[in-house]
Amino acid sequence: MNKRILYDRFIFLNKLISFTFSLLILCLYFSFILIIGFKPQLLGILLYDGYITVGIALGLSIIIFSILLTLIYTLISNNFLDKVRDKLKE
Amino acid sequence: MNFFSLIILTVFPSITLASNEESSYFAATIFILFVFVTLLITYFASKKTDVKENYYAAGGKISGFQNGLAIAGDYMSAASFLGISGLVFYSGFDGLIYSIGFLVGWPIILFLISERLKNLGKFTFADITSIRLEQSKIRILSATGTLVTITLYLIAQMVGAGSLIQILFGLPYEIAVWIVGVLMIIYVSFGGMIATTWVQIIKAFLLIFGASILAFLVFKEFSFSLSSLLEQAVKVHESKIEILFPGKLIDDPISAISLGIALILGTAGLPHILMRFFTVPDAKSARISALYATTFIGYFYILTFVIGFGAIVFLSDNYLYLNENGKLIGSNNMAAIHLSHSIGGDIFLGFISAVAFATILAVVSGLTLAGASAIGRDLFVYVIKKGDADEKTELKVSKVSSVVIGVIAILLGIFFEGQNVAFMVGLAFAVAASTNFPILFLTIMWKNLTTMGAYYGGMIGLLTTITLVILGPTIWVEVFGFKEAIFPYKYPAIFTVSISFFAIFLISIMDKTTNKTENHKKFEKLTRKAYLGE
Repeated sequence: MNKRILYDRFIFLNKLISFTFSLLILCLYFSFILIIGFKPQLLGILLYDGYITVGIALGLSIIIFSILLTLIYTLISNNFLDKVRDKLKE
Repeated sequence: MNFFSLIILTVFPSITLASNEESSYFAATIFILFVFVTLLITYFASKKTDVKENYYAAGGKISGFQNGLAIAGDYMSAASFLGISGLVFYSGFDGLIYSIGFLVGWPIILFLISERLKNLGKFTFADITSIRLEQSKIRILSATGTLVTITLYLIAQMVGAGSLIQILFGLPYEIAVWIVGVLMIIYVSFGGMIATTWVQIIKAFLLIFGASILAFLVFKEFSFSLSSLLEQAVKVHESKIEILFPGKLIDDPISAISLGIALILGTAGLPHILMRFFTVPDAKSARISALYATTFIGYFYILTFVIGFGAIVFLSDNYLYLNENGKLIGSNNMAAIHLSHSIGGDIFLGFISAVAFATILAVVSGLTLAGASAIGRDLFVYVIKKGDADEKTELKVSKVSSVVIGVIAILLGIFFEGQNVAFMVGLAFAVAASTNFPILFLTIMWKNLTTMGAYYGGMIGLLTTITLVILGPTIWVEVFGFKEAIFPYKYPAIFTVSISFFAIFLISIMDKTTNKTENHKKFEKLTRKAYLGE
C-alpha cells in the first residue's frame, strides 16, 4: 500500500480509537452523575436482599471497568497499532 | 535499638502521639528509616543532576511499571488517602462519587495524552505547546498555569502536613512544616527528578501495602462479605441506611457535572503529573505507565472505600477515638489513622502514620520540581534569555528556584495555619482544567490554533476561573464571610472550561496575524511526531 495512504489511515484509526474509548468512559461517568443528580432513589435500591445498593455496585463497577478499558486499549496499541507504526517508520 | 531511640529522641523530643509512646517511637523509626533511604538515593542522584536530561526527566530511564507507581504516588496524596476515607466515614456513598471522579481522568489521559506527550515533549508541557506556537508568549502562559496550580496544591499539602504531623507525632505545627519543607528542598534541589521519582515509588509502594493490609483486616472481620460490612455500618452510623446512597454532598446536577469536568480535565492538566511522562524511554512505556497508574489508583480507591466503611463500624461507638462531642478525635480525616490503631494495634498505627508523613513529603517534592522547571526552563531560558542560555546556568536557576519555591511553601504553610484550605485543591484542578488542559489539547488536536488564540484564550480561562471561585460560595461566603455568593456555584469548571475553549477558538479564528499555510504545515509536522515519534 502507498505509504501516504497508510499514514492517513493510521492517524485516522488512532484518533478514532482514542476518541471512542474516551467517549465510552465519559458517557458512563456522566450518566452515573446524572442519575445522582436527577434520580438518586434509583441508586438506593438494595440488591439480592443484601446491603449492597445499585449505586455501590455501579460505582465499584465503573472503577473496574475503567481499569479494564485501559487494559484493552493498551493491548490494541501494543499488538496492533505499534506494528503499523513500525511499518510507517521504516 | 538504642541507637535509633537516641536519634528519635533528638529529632522528635516531644513525641506524644494520640494513643501512646510505643506507636510513636515505631512511627518515628519507620519515618527516619524512610528519610535515611531517600537521602541516600538523593546523594547518589546528585552526582548525575548536572545534566538536564537527568535533572528534569531522570534520564528517561524509568520503566513503565516504575513510572506507573510514581504517577499513582503523585496522585495518592495524603489528602486523597485520609480525605476520601474520611469522607466515606462521614457520608458513606458520597465518598465513592469523589473517588470515581478522581479515577476516570486516568483512562482519558491514557487515550488522549500520554503517548503524544512523550513523543512531543522533553521536560515540561510547554515544550509541546511551543513546537507550533510562539515560544515566549506560550511559555509565559504555560508557566503561569503551572505556578498557579502547584502553589495552590502546595499550600493545601503543607497545611495538611502541619496539622497531620502535629496530631501524629505531637510536634509543633511550624516545626512540622519546616521538616517537610527542608527535606523536600533537599530532594528536589540536589536529586532532581531521579530522587523525586524514587521517593515517590517507595512511598507509593508503602501506601498501597499499608492500605491493603488495613482493608484486608477490615474485610477479614466480615468473612470477606461486602454486604455484611455494609450491614454493620448501617447499624452503627447515625445516618443509618442513607449512607448507602447519594446524600447531600452533591445536590444539584450542575454542580455534579461541573465537579466531574474539573476532576477529569484537571487531572489531565496537572503539571507535576504530566511531567512524569517524560521520564520513560518511549511512547510505549508512557502508555504502559498510564495503564499501571490507572490500575493502582483504581485499586487504591476501592481500598479507601472499604477502609472508610471499616472506620464507620469500628470507630463510631468506640470512645477511645471520639471526643466529648462524639466526633472523631482530630477530624474525620483521621478515620484511617484511628482505624489502623483500632484494628492493627500500636505497631500498625505507627506504620500507617509514618506512611502518611512519607506521602506528604513525596507529593510536595513532585510539585516543587514541576514549579522549578517552569521557572528555570520556561521562564528563565525561553522568556528572559530567549532560548540563549547554557545548560549549567539553566540548571542553576532551576535548582535555586526549587529552594525559593520550598521556602515560599513553608511560609505560606505557616501563614495559612488553621485555615480551611481544602478549596485550594479544587481551585488547582479548576485552573488546570481551564488553562493547562485546553491549550495542551488544542495544540495537539486542532490545526487552526494560533498563538494569539492560545495566549489570550488561555489567560481568559485562567482569570475567569480565579474570579468565579473568589465570587463563589467557597471563598465569598466561607472565607470572606459574606452572606450570599455573587456566583452561585461551588464548582465553576463547567463554565470556565467552556469559556476557555470558546475564547481560544474565537480568537484563533479571527487572528489575522498568523500565516495559515505555515501554521498548518507546522501542525502536520507535529501530528507526525505525535503519532510516530519522529
